[in-house]
Amino acid sequence: MNNSLLIVILASAIFYGTPLLFAALGGVFTERSGVLNLGVEGMMLIGGVSGAWASQHIGGSAWFTVFASILVAMFAGGLTALLHAFLCVTLKANQTVAGLSITIFAGALGLSSYFANVWKVAAHPVTRPIRKLDVFGLADAPVVGPLLFNHTILTYVSWVLVAASSFYLFRTKTGLQLRAVGESPQTADAMGINVVKYRYFHTVLGGMLAGIGGAFYSLAIVSTWVDGLTKGAGWIAIALVIFGFWRPDLTLVGAYLFGALQSLGTTLKARSFHISGDLLDALPFIMTIVVLVLVSSRFAHKRLGAPAALGVPYEREER
Amino acid sequence: MTNTIAVQMSGVVKRFPGVVANDGVEFELRRGEVHALLGENGAGKSTLSNILTGLYRPDEGTIELNGAPVSFSSPRDALNAGIGMVHQHFRLVETFSVAENVVLGNPDTAFLLDTAAINERVKELAARYDMAVDPEARIWQLSVGEQQRVEILKVLYRGAQVLILDEPTAVLTPIEADALFRTLRAMTAEGRTVIFISHKLDEVMAVSDRITVLRGGRTVGTVDTSTTNKRDLASMMVGRNVEFTRVQRKTPAQANDIVLHVENLGGHDDRGRDALHGITLTVGRGEIVGIAGVAGNGQRELAEVIAGMRHATTGSVSVEGKILQSGKARAAIAGGVAHVPEDRLHTGLAAGHSVEDNLALKSYRSSLLSRFGLLRRQAMRDGAVDLVERYDVKTPSTQTAVRLLSGGNVQKVLLAREFSTDPKVLIAASPTRGLDVGAIESVRERLVEAADSGLGVLLISEDLDEIMSLADRIAVIYEGRIVAVIPADKADRETIGLLMGGSHLEATS
Repeated sequence: MNNSLLIVILASAIFYGTPLLFAALGGVFTERSGVLNLGVEGMMLIGGVSGAWASQHIGGSAWFTVFASILVAMFAGGLTALLHAFLCVTLKANQTVAGLSITIFAGALGLSSYFANVWKVAAHPVTRPIRKLDVFGLADAPVVGPLLFNHTILTYVSWVLVAASSFYLFRTKTGLQLRAVGESPQTADAMGINVVKYRYFHTVLGGMLAGIGGAFYSLAIVSTWVDGLTKGAGWIAIALVIFGFWRPDLTLVGAYLFGALQSLGTTLKARSFHISGDLLDALPFIMTIVVLVLVSSRFAHKRLGAPAALGVPYEREER
Repeated sequence: MTNTIAVQMSGVVKRFPGVVANDGVEFELRRGEVHALLGENGAGKSTLSNILTGLYRPDEGTIELNGAPVSFSSPRDALNAGIGMVHQHFRLVETFSVAENVVLGNPDTAFLLDTAAINERVKELAARYDMAVDPEARIWQLSVGEQQRVEILKVLYRGAQVLILDEPTAVLTPIEADALFRTLRAMTAEGRTVIFISHKLDEVMAVSDRITVLRGGRTVGTVDTSTTNKRDLASMMVGRNVEFTRVQRKTPAQANDIVLHVENLGGHDDRGRDALHGITLTVGRGEIVGIAGVAGNGQRELAEVIAGMRHATTGSVSVEGKILQSGKARAAIAGGVAHVPEDRLHTGLAAGHSVEDNLALKSYRSSLLSRFGLLRRQAMRDGAVDLVERYDVKTPSTQTAVRLLSGGNVQKVLLAREFSTDPKVLIAASPTRGLDVGAIESVRERLVEAADSGLGVLLISEDLDEIMSLADRIAVIYEGRIVAVIPADKADRETIGLLMGGSHLEATS
């Protein structure tokens, strides 16, 4: 039963959707503060290479290594995002250009590959990858086993994170103020909220989550470093933020839908279906284009609840 | 108690590049009073209040709050000290509820939001000051008057003892303004203090206890409202006596000789919703027809449809009997429509371009100004020099960029250009908004001259006094419909005010 096509596709949707979910949740925080981050792909790759390096160099128990590698990936992603925040918030650069330049600078042909060369990360596979757990010994239970009890620690963390993010955004004062900063920084400023601080903090937080997403590729999905191994997942994450209407719960649904599309190629090929592998690999991106076209009309943008000040640098009015 | 000093500002100087906005201002605020700050545009009212609320730091001078010297470095400092500002342009988060906006940024709000309790508290606060507003409503669902109440609630919720209201009635109907005045009274009765910034004499006389008049960045004087009158205030404000009389016309209007005929006109707003509903209207030769209404009731759309900048969804516009092609600005210009849009610096003129380029914008195709598609710069310059002189535009040269000119001179450039095309009809949208008294007078004179010379003028304005003093007939617009057309000599402020607020609809239905 657990080997039926549906269960396998659902289980791998969750597996492949996990890094998308981390990166997209990061995007939700960043965009809610009014900063558009097109540098997610770059931040994921930086996180991926740093995580792989840390995994190869940090000793101790297997758990400690995994924990430390994730922390290093977060730190690296956050640092990259700090650069984005500096460009967008302090220098008030065009956020589209800043984000694109981060992705190009840090991406497949840039800094992440350079680090991989210098640190010789690609030379060895990751010896202590993030493994799937057997929670309560229920991993083989029919249906619920593969769906609920046989995931990596990061998947469980992401579930807690979705609930915590929703609570943070909609039930706490800080969340309210964050949304105010993204909707109307003028208002927030007039009410004594530090717009710059909120934007910096949530941009860096978004970068840290993107870093975890990247590390999930190098430590769990591929379990080694390959240049550009996220293969555009960062772009899907950006689309997911919109697809999820800037809400953590819907972002989870979107992430698993795209996770399913991403895993479909591998799954179907393993079952000897005769479908073009290239076509299957292209599916998530075709979906991304469709989603972006659907939601990019001005009407949809207004209705979907995009933060009103998204992409607009804030400047205090002076005469 | 009422005579204790809440705020004392002495010798306040604030300089901006090229301007001294406050040049030694003296201002004394007594606890529990409504103190009006009166002055023309550019007199330094906004600068002074921005200094008091911590947005600007004064270059010189001292501020004392309850007898102790203070120095604010941000609006937050001022708020914490009990000084709150109700801005002219609201600072509200559109997608949030009223209550969420009110508690926003308040240090006393608990980390976990208890929505029910917050709603209850905001409701109580609103009731205490006689303000009707639903705490759960989203801001975008509210009228402008209601939004202003939210702004006031925000400041009260923060415990402000001194409230500064920057031209609060500019966006209100007369009835909403009366409600605001009641709220202000309720606040001062509790010992709070209100600074009321305005340049409208009527309301300053109606609402304030004392009045401080600013002119050119200096304090002219502070007077008790009970011992002064409008005429004295006006002369303090502008430094000379201003007459309050209906404008005399040289040539009587010929309402029956129709030059502009708008028939059953419909149109969309920018969001694609119906903004105009079957508007029918005529303007006769030499007639000034005023469109009175609160901003946002279709005035801009009406002006733009007539000027060909916006498509008509129904009906037609004709000038001297000829129907204009809808949505074609060039057709409207060729048909003899001149248009002074409300946003003169962006829609009306190319702000970064020179005076002479702007003056030629409507006539550059004529053989006088261009030949074989090439501009004749010398002819353009000569024409510009002539127009600048005739319309008394104060500019260093005709090559100066329009955005560097003062508001009054910008409007003169625009009027000069529009009249230079020899139009039959002039659509003037808020032509005097934001101008100082001197410039307002000269713009109004131009409008009257235009009518005297036989143009049909459609004057769209939110300033009822302006319409009452200039128009021959007054049409009231409300929610995209003309609800009444009244000859000016039979019009009174109260009736028009009621119509502007849409209240006759309730009375008759």
